[in-house]
Amino acid sequence: MTQAQSQRVQQVDHRRSVWVAALLGAAIMAAVDQIVFHQILAWHHFYDRSTSDIALLSDGVLHAAELVMLVAGIFLMADLSRRQALHKASAWGGFFLGAGAFQIFDGVVNHKILRLHQIRYDVDNLLLYDLVWNLAGAALLMIGAMITWRAGRRLKKARHSHV
Amino acid sequence: MTGWWVPALLGGALIGGYGWALFLRPSTLPKWSLWRTLAWTAGVLAVVIALSPPLVEPAHHDHRYHMAQHLFLGMYAPLGLVLGAPLTLLLGALPRRGQLGLTRLLRSGPVHAVSHPISAAVLNIGGMFVLYLTPLYTISMERQEIHWLVLAHFLLAGYLYTWSIAGPDPAPRRPGMATRVTVLILAAGAHAFLAKFLYANSAQFADGHGHSHSHDEAASMEAAAQWMYYGGDIAEVALAVMLFSWWYRRRKSSQKPASALATASTR
Repeated sequence: MTQAQSQRVQQVDHRRSVWVAALLGAAIMAAVDQIVFHQILAWHHFYDRSTSDIALLSDGVLHAAELVMLVAGIFLMADLSRRQALHKASAWGGFFLGAGAFQIFDGVVNHKILRLHQIRYDVDNLLLYDLVWNLAGAALLMIGAMITWRAGRRLKKARHSHV
Repeated sequence: MTGWWVPALLGGALIGGYGWALFLRPSTLPKWSLWRTLAWTAGVLAVVIALSPPLVEPAHHDHRYHMAQHLFLGMYAPLGLVLGAPLTLLLGALPRRGQLGLTRLLRSGPVHAVSHPISAAVLNIGGMFVLYLTPLYTISMERQEIHWLVLAHFLLAGYLYTWSIAGPDPAPRRPGMATRVTVLILAAGAHAFLAKFLYANSAQFADGHGHSHSHDEAASMEAAAQWMYYGGDIAEVALAVMLFSWWYRRRKSSQKPASALATASTR
């Protein structure tokens, strides 16, 4: 490893790279959900007449938070990269963690607990849709955890061999 | 043609006042950014569109046009006007006594109280709850002078709220990022909630207004509520970009870049 490379290894911020990318991952997943399932496929409904007012209120706040997360994530990521503190492998791990966490949150809290809307209407096997939805989220989470863990371990090794 | 008087006069006054302040600005001060002038012009254009007869006239019976007025006056126009930095421009153009007076006004207690993000958000979004959930909306559709007051409130409260969250103008004692981000999320969340709540209860509201075509009325209200929801998203994202780009620039000037530090230590 050259001197410049070892400088790089000392500068990168594993934990911050993970959480900033997780923020962005969750926000992008929320945007994909909005674009694909609400607008293109029109499976999800804007409002399905079975939602309580309290659920509508939490939906409003969550929706607003997702949009702010998207903007904040982009600027936080730009700042990390400007300071050369971005560790790409850790960030990919964080991205999948965030995406998976949002998918499961959406599948469990939004669809089932708040009952904002269901994945699809006029189908007999809604349970199957729910299962696939949440399993996809779990798979994303697992991929994210694995990448994050490996990125952290490799960074630790590189640091120990060059201090 | 009479309907054009108000937007023409107001637009002319806003553009003329800005131009006059630019003319008075001493040449010793740094050159005024063209972007600010363009932003102000775009904001004024949004005000003129919102008050123009093609939107004002149908807004008395069609909720979608009323909502378009709300979006332009209360959300998009303030973004442009705040980015135009009128206070900074005014501070530069005023004579010394005027500068002192304006600074004292900005630092006074009442201005602090209303320009705090929480009070500004309550005035702005809370005003909409009052308008749509009380008979005020029906009254404003029937009585011209109330309608103009509502429109003025949209613009002033929208400007106050936008200024309290972000923008180039001085805002004494503006709280830190955490407070502003929280208020932004809660205010936008309350706005999105109100939109879905109106959508959910559109049939009931339409009956309450006592018009004959309440089915058409409910449909127009549902459409208006969806415009409110998605139109609000656009304004929220724009305001978040204003806020975080300011944070990003300030962070650059407040810390030494890591790369400079690294090259210094390897030498």
